[in-house]
Amino acid sequence: MWNYEKRLQYPVNITQTNPKTAQVIISQFGGPDGELAASMRYLSQRYTMPYNEVTGILTDIGTEELAHMEIICAIVHQLTRDLTPEQIEKSGFDKYYVDHTLALWPQSAGGTPWTATYFQSKGDPITDLHEDMAADAASM
Amino acid sequence: MSEQKPCRRELLEWINTVSFAVDDVKLFLDTHPCNAEALEYFEEFKKQRVQALKEYAKYYGPLTIDTASPCEDHWTWIHEPWPWQKGGC
Repeated sequence: MWNYEKRLQYPVNITQTNPKTAQVIISQFGGPDGELAASMRYLSQRYTMPYNEVTGILTDIGTEELAHMEIICAIVHQLTRDLTPEQIEKSGFDKYYVDHTLALWPQSAGGTPWTATYFQSKGDPITDLHEDMAADAASM
Repeated sequence: MSEQKPCRRELLEWINTVSFAVDDVKLFLDTHPCNAEALEYFEEFKKQRVQALKEYAKYYGPLTIDTASPCEDHWTWIHEPWPWQKGGC
C-alpha cells in the first residue's frame, strides 16, 4: 500500500502563467517518456523480478516517480492557473481546454492520450532491466 | 519556558533536504544492504526527518498521516493548502 505525504519532493512556486510552455511540459506527465509511464513500468515489473535487491529498487524508484509526476502536475497546473479566454485562444491551449478545461489529463505534447504501450513488462529480468535503462536514458 | 515557533519556510526546506537524503540513501541501500557507512547515514537522517515532521505538524499541520494529531476537535489533514496550491508545500 502507499501513504501520501502532503508536500512536493521539490517545491514549485510559479507566479507567471504560460499555457504554451504547459503544453510542452505536459509530455513529462503523460507522454512516452513521462513520469506516469516510468512509475507504471517499475511498479508492474517488480512482481516477477527474482532478486530482492532489484525488487526493492523497482518498488522505491516506482514510488519516487509518482512524486516526480506530482511535481510535473504542479508545474502544469500553476502555468495554466486562472487563464483568461484570450490567453487560452492566443496560446493554442484551446485544443486542450475544449476537452479538459484546466484539469490535468495525461497526454503527450502532441495530444496523444497516455497508453500502457509506452512501456514493456516481460517477466524476464534481463529484458526488463534493458527496458528500464533505455527508458531512463530517454527521459534524461 | 516558551518554545520559539520555527519559520515555516525554513522548516519545510529542512524537511525536503533530510527527506531527499533518506530517499537517496534508501535506493543505494536496496542494492548495497550491508554498507555500514550508508546504514549509519540512513539512521541519522531518518531521525532528523521524523523529528522535523513532528515539529512541522505541531505548528503548521500534518504532512504525513502519522503526524496528524488525534486530540484536535477537527480534522487538520485537509485544513492546510495542498502542495500545488498557493501557500502549500
